[in-house]
Amino acid sequence: MHWWFPGNASSVGGQVDSLFYVILYVTGAVFVLVEAALLIFVVKYRRREGRRATYVEGSTKAEIIWTAIPAVILVSLALFSQPLWSKIKNSDTYPKNADRLAVEAKQFEWHVTYPGPDGKLGTDDDFTKKDELHLVVNHDYVIELTSRDVVHNFFIPAFRIKQDAVPGMHILVWVRPTVAGTYELACAELCGLGHYRMRALVVVQSAAEFAAWLQSQGVAVTGTTDTSATAGKGAP
Amino acid sequence: MTAHAPAVGHDAPPQGGVGVYTQKVGMWVFLVSEVMFFTALIGSYIILRWGTGAPWPEPRTVLAIPITALNTFILICSSVSMVKAYAAATKDDQAGLKKWLLLTVLGGATFVSVQAYEYHHLIEKGFLPSSGLFGSAFYTMTGFHGFHVTCGVISMIWVTIRAFRGKYAGGNYRGVETIGLYWHFVDLVWIILFTIVYLI
Amino acid sequence: MTAHAGAVAHAAHDDRPFIRKYVFSTDHKVIGIQFLFLSLFFLLVGGLLAMGIRWQLGFPGQPMPLGGWLPSSVAPGGVVAPKTYNSLVTMHGTFMIFFAVMPLLVGVFANYLIPLKIGAPDMAFPRLNMWSFWLMIPSGGLMLASLLVLGGSSAAGWTVYAPLSAMPDYSGVHLGQQLWCVSIVIFGLSSLLGSVNYITTVVNLRAPGMTWFRLPLSVWALFITAVLAILAVPILAGAVIMLLFDQTIGTHFFAPDAGGQPLMWQHLFWFFGHPEVYILILPAMGIASDIIANGARKPIFGYHSMVYAMIGIAFLGFIVWGHHMFQSGMNPTLASSFMVSTIVIAVPSAIKVFNWLGTLWRGSIHFTTPMLNALAFVSMFIIGGLSGIFMASTPVDMYIHGTYFIVAHIHYVLFGGSLFAVFAGIYFWYPKMFGRQMSERWGKVHFVLTFVFYNLTFFPMHILGVGGEMRRIYDPTVYDFLRPLQPINVFITVNAFLLGLSQLVFAVNFIGSLFKGEKAERNPWHDTGLEWTAPSPPPHGNFPETPTVYHGPYEFSVPGMAEDFVPVNTPPAAGGAGAAGAAGGRHG
Repeated sequence: MHWWFPGNASSVGGQVDSLFYVILYVTGAVFVLVEAALLIFVVKYRRREGRRATYVEGSTKAEIIWTAIPAVILVSLALFSQPLWSKIKNSDTYPKNADRLAVEAKQFEWHVTYPGPDGKLGTDDDFTKKDELHLVVNHDYVIELTSRDVVHNFFIPAFRIKQDAVPGMHILVWVRPTVAGTYELACAELCGLGHYRMRALVVVQSAAEFAAWLQSQGVAVTGTTDTSATAGKGAP
Repeated sequence: MTAHAPAVGHDAPPQGGVGVYTQKVGMWVFLVSEVMFFTALIGSYIILRWGTGAPWPEPRTVLAIPITALNTFILICSSVSMVKAYAAATKDDQAGLKKWLLLTVLGGATFVSVQAYEYHHLIEKGFLPSSGLFGSAFYTMTGFHGFHVTCGVISMIWVTIRAFRGKYAGGNYRGVETIGLYWHFVDLVWIILFTIVYLI
Repeated sequence: MTAHAGAVAHAAHDDRPFIRKYVFSTDHKVIGIQFLFLSLFFLLVGGLLAMGIRWQLGFPGQPMPLGGWLPSSVAPGGVVAPKTYNSLVTMHGTFMIFFAVMPLLVGVFANYLIPLKIGAPDMAFPRLNMWSFWLMIPSGGLMLASLLVLGGSSAAGWTVYAPLSAMPDYSGVHLGQQLWCVSIVIFGLSSLLGSVNYITTVVNLRAPGMTWFRLPLSVWALFITAVLAILAVPILAGAVIMLLFDQTIGTHFFAPDAGGQPLMWQHLFWFFGHPEVYILILPAMGIASDIIANGARKPIFGYHSMVYAMIGIAFLGFIVWGHHMFQSGMNPTLASSFMVSTIVIAVPSAIKVFNWLGTLWRGSIHFTTPMLNALAFVSMFIIGGLSGIFMASTPVDMYIHGTYFIVAHIHYVLFGGSLFAVFAGIYFWYPKMFGRQMSERWGKVHFVLTFVFYNLTFFPMHILGVGGEMRRIYDPTVYDFLRPLQPINVFITVNAFLLGLSQLVFAVNFIGSLFKGEKAERNPWHDTGLEWTAPSPPPHGNFPETPTVYHGPYEFSVPGMAEDFVPVNTPPAAGGAGAAGAAGGRHG
C-alpha cells in the first residue's frame, strides 16, 4: 500500500523531497493554526442572546504583521528553492564529463539513442532502442531531449525529474541515478490518444551489467551493430 | 433632495465618475481591449520574426510598398476628415458634418478596397497564409485590421445616415465623437502595422 | 419636472410585451437570471462529464452505467475509449471554466448586483448587455455541438497545447477543435461586452454619495475582475484565432517544421490563463466578503486592505503566468523570476484570509445557509492557496507538475473556493431575485453533504499527486508505480458520484422554491446593501428615484443604534451617530 513518494533513486531526489517536506511543515503549521482559528472563532463568536458583535473596522498593526510574516516566510522559501532549481535545470552547471544520451519523444514511444562504443552521439555506431533507458548507477548523464511531433513530458518519478520535450527544441536534462533497479518513465503532458500508454523502462545497473546488456543488443566493442536490435531508428 | 431622472444608457449626463460621459468611457474601455488583441498579434509577429531565427523574406520583396503607402496616406486622410467632422458637429455645422463624414466613409471604403485588391494580387502571385511564417502573420494581422476597418466603415455609414437625419444637431455630437475615437484607433493600429510588417 | 415624473412612472409601471420583458430583455436583472439558468445548465453538463472521467479512473475498462446508449465510436460496449477520455477531460474543463464558473460569478452577479448595489436603474449599455447574454447561446451551442461531430470534440485539454491542438494528424480531431475555437472567440466577445458594461457602470452610474470607498467589496471585486477580463480575454482571442488558422487555412504559427513556436502558444495562453484564474476567484472573494460581514453582523475587517489586496492580486496576476510553464523548456532563469512573483502573489491572498478571520472575531455569527457556504469558501480557499505554494517552488513543481496534486489545487480553489461562494451567493440573493425564499433546512442539508463529499473527493488527489499520478491519463494501471494508488481512485470516484447526487438537493430546492418557496420580504437577511431597499424582486428601473448614499457598506452592530444594521441610504439622524452627508465623508 505505497501511497507516498516512490523511492528516491537519483542524486537530486533527496533534496527535492526535503524541500517538499519543508514546505509541507510550514504550510501544515499554517493550515492548522488558521483553520483552528476559524473554527474557534466560529464557535466562540456564534450568535448568543444579549450579545452584540463588536464594531471594529480594522487594525493597521494587524495588517502590517500579517503581511510581513507571510512575506518573509514566502520569500525565504523562494530563496531556498533557487539553488536546487539552478543545479537541476541550468545546463551550464552540468558535469562536463557526463555521458550523453539522446531521447526523442514521439507519439507514443520513447526512442533512446545510445552513443555506442565510440562514446560520441551523432556518429555511425549510435544505436536506438525503443522504450528502454539503460543507465549505469552513479554515472552522470546529460540527455538531449527532443520531440518528433507534439509536446511530451519526460517524467521519471523515482528520479524526481520532469522536463517537457518540445518539437523544434533541444533541451538538456541532467540525471545521476544513485540506486540500481528498474523504474518507469512516463509521459506527463497530454500528447494524443496514446498518451496514457507512453511508458518506458528505466534500468539502472552496474557498469558490468550495462556492458552485458549492450552485448545482448548486438553492440560489439568493435562497433558493428546487429541491425535487428536497432528498433525504431530513423523514420517510422 | 438630489433625485433626478435616473441615468439610463448612453445619453445620460455624467454622474460623478471621471467626468466623462458614459458613451465615451465605454468606447475607451472597449479600445483598451482592442489594444490587447492587437498586442497579441503584433507581439507574436515580433517573436516569430526576430526571436526565432526562422527564415523570413524582406517584406518589400513580397509586398507592394508604394500602393500600400498611398493607402496608408488615404487612411490618415480619413482620420483628418473625421477630426473635421467632429469639429463641425461641435460647432453645429450640419452641412460640414455631413460632408466630412461622407469623406471619411469614402476614405475608409477606399482603404478596404485597395487592401482587397492587394490580397488578390498577392494570392495570384502565390503568397498565401500558408506561405511560411511571414504569410501566416501577414494575412492574420492585416486581415483582422481590415475586418476592424470594415466594421468601422459600416458604423460610419450608419452615423452618416443619422447625421443626415439631423440626429447630431443642436450640440448632440457625442455619437460623432465616439465613432471618431474608434476610427482614430483603427488608423493608429494601421500605422504601427504598416511600419512593422511592411517597412522594417 | 417631467424627468422626475418620468422617473417615478419608469419604476412603477412596466407594460413591455412578454418577449421584451423576459426573453430579449435589456433589464440587467433579467439578464442576470438568464445567465443563472444558462450557467447552472452548463454546470450540470460539466459535472456529468466529470462523472465520465471518474468512472474510467475508478473502474478502468469497465462498461459505464448508461454507457450502452453512447455510440460505439465513443464508448464501444459502453467502455470509455481513450480518445473519448481525452475529450472528457478537455470538455469538462472547458465547460466548467468558460460556461459554468465564469458566467455564474460574473454573468450572474455582476449583472444582477452592480446596478442595484450602486443605486443605478440599469447598466450603462442595456442593449449591449442583452447581446452579451445572447452571444452565449451560439457559443455554448457550438461547444455542445462539438461533442457530437465526427472525430469528436477537442481532446487536447482545456489548455489546448499546440502542436497537438493545431494538427488534426496528431490529435485525430478535426471539426471538433475548430468549433471549440470559434465558440471561444464568441465567448470572448460576450465576456468583453459584459466587461465594458460593468466598468462603465461602476465608473459613471454610482448614485450620489456612493464614493469608491463606500462600494461593497462584491462590486469592487466584480469591477477589478472586469478590468482583468478587458486586458486578458483579447489575448486568448488572438491566440485561439492563430490556432484556428493553423488548423484551417494552413498558417504555421505553432508548427515547428515551418519555424512556428509551440512555446509561443503556451506564453499567449497563460498570459490570458493566469489573470483568468483571478477572474474566477475575485468575484467569489467579493461575494464571500459581503456575506461574511452580514453573517457576523460586523463590518469587514480592514476594508481598505481588502480593496488594495484585490488590486494587488489583479496587478501581480499579470506577471506570474510563467509558473504554468516552469517545466516547458523555458529559460530556467526566467522561470526563477516567475517563481518570485508567484510567491509574492500569495501575500495579498493571505491578507484577505486574515481579514475574513478578523471579521469573524468578536462577531455575532448567524449560521444561515449563505454564511455556511461563505465560511466553507474561506476554509477551502486556505487549503487551495497553501497547496499552491508547493507549485510555486520550482524544484518541487518539477515533481508535481502535471500530476493530481495540481488537479487537487485547481479544484480546491475553483470548487472549494469559487463554487462554494457561488452557492453562498445564490442562497443569499435568491429572495431578491425571485421574491421567494429557498428552504433553509434543505439548504443546510445540501451544504453538509456537499462539503463532506467534496473534501472526500478532492483531498485524496493531493496524495495521488505525491504518488506521482499524472493528469489526463486514461488508465493509470498501465504503470506499475501507479497501481498501488488505484484504491484511492476508487474512493475518489465513489465520493464524486455521491457529491454529484447531493446536488439534486440543491436543484430541487432551487426549482421548487421558485413556485412553492415562502414569499420573501424586502430584506430577509437584514443587510445594508441598496438592493435590499428595493422590493423582492425589484421592478424595472430598480428604484423609484435615485437613492442617496450616506454610509459605508458594512455598518453592522453600530454602537448606539437600535438595529444591528444601517442601510447605506439611511439619512444621518440629526445630531445622532450618523455618518457624513452625501457629498463627502467616507468610512474607514
